Amino acid sequence: MSDADLPILTTTVEKVVQWARRSSIWPVTFGLACCAIEMMAMSASRYDIARFGAEVFRGSPRQSDLMIVAGRLSRKMAPVLRRIYDQMPEPKWVISMGACASVGGVFDNYAIVQGVDQVVPVDVFVPGCPPRPEALIYGIVQLQRKIDKQRMSA
Amino acid sequence: MEAPAILEVLSRRLPGDPGRFEAVSSLDGMPTIYIARDGFVDACAVLRDALELQFAVLMDITAVDYLPREPRFEIIYLLVSPGVAGYGTTPKRLRVKVRVPGDDARVASVSGVWTAAGWAEREVFDLFGIQFDGHSDLRRILMPDDWEGYPLRRDYPVQIKDPVKTYEPLQMSEEEFVANVEAARSRTRRE
Repeated sequence: MSDADLPILTTTVEKVVQWARRSSIWPVTFGLACCAIEMMAMSASRYDIARFGAEVFRGSPRQSDLMIVAGRLSRKMAPVLRRIYDQMPEPKWVISMGACASVGGVFDNYAIVQGVDQVVPVDVFVPGCPPRPEALIYGIVQLQRKIDKQRMSA
Repeated sequence: MEAPAILEVLSRRLPGDPGRFEAVSSLDGMPTIYIARDGFVDACAVLRDALELQFAVLMDITAVDYLPREPRFEIIYLLVSPGVAGYGTTPKRLRVKVRVPGDDARVASVSGVWTAAGWAEREVFDLFGIQFDGHSDLRRILMPDDWEGYPLRRDYPVQIKDPVKTYEPLQMSEEEFVANVEAARSRTRRE
């Protein structure tokens, strides 16, 4: 019996862990405005984010890996967003969905935060007003690529 | 019911200077009257209670800042008489306006007449800085509690580049929190 016939695969722990992490990104429900409608469309049957293992939207930050900030963030909401982000267990990632969450969008005024990166660290910015579900899926795939490249030792 | 007929009822019920009440025409055809700031609450009580009127529902309160005109503010009350059993014979609407000067931005609260005025007056206070005398709990309702200024005033800057506040203390005090935790612990010990 040669080595090639053995039912064994060799890999590194690092690769297996990152594969597991990127294959089941559970987002926390954080719809703030109309972008949330596209986010829901993404998780529904037509676009079906389950193909990428990210369909389980959790109502609790303590069970989540990903926060999709979907919509304009008001200054009054900013402490709430930060508290929910702080409650998520490591490792955790953030997608800023749409123009409002990324740079304030059309709401260049006193009430709206001009970019959620002032409140939480953002991994992927998805442009659009609102982004189509495909765009958000592409954002999640980009995040999976990023997670793949992350090293546990780093 | 047109605005002059409503004025007639008001003047009959509240004798005095008839110049306090003024009917104006509006483009949308909705009856619109101005009421002077003094004795405004009494006039509101008449609008609610007079059998010919019975404006039992206060739909909304809002305000307009006409800077630099003086009087600067106009507060607008939108009233409805439902026209159902016990509340008048026909459904009707009324728009009541009160002129408020900018250097003395205050008006009497109508929350004693319509309970629904409470939150609407808090909103006008929050965004225009108009004081409502006699309101039981005049706090901000939309903006954060520690916000400075009144955003819907014409002289308020639209863009603010202050750093974003990302921390808000817990709603309860630290002592209350510790007391809650200890009470829960002693309960589990007893069980």
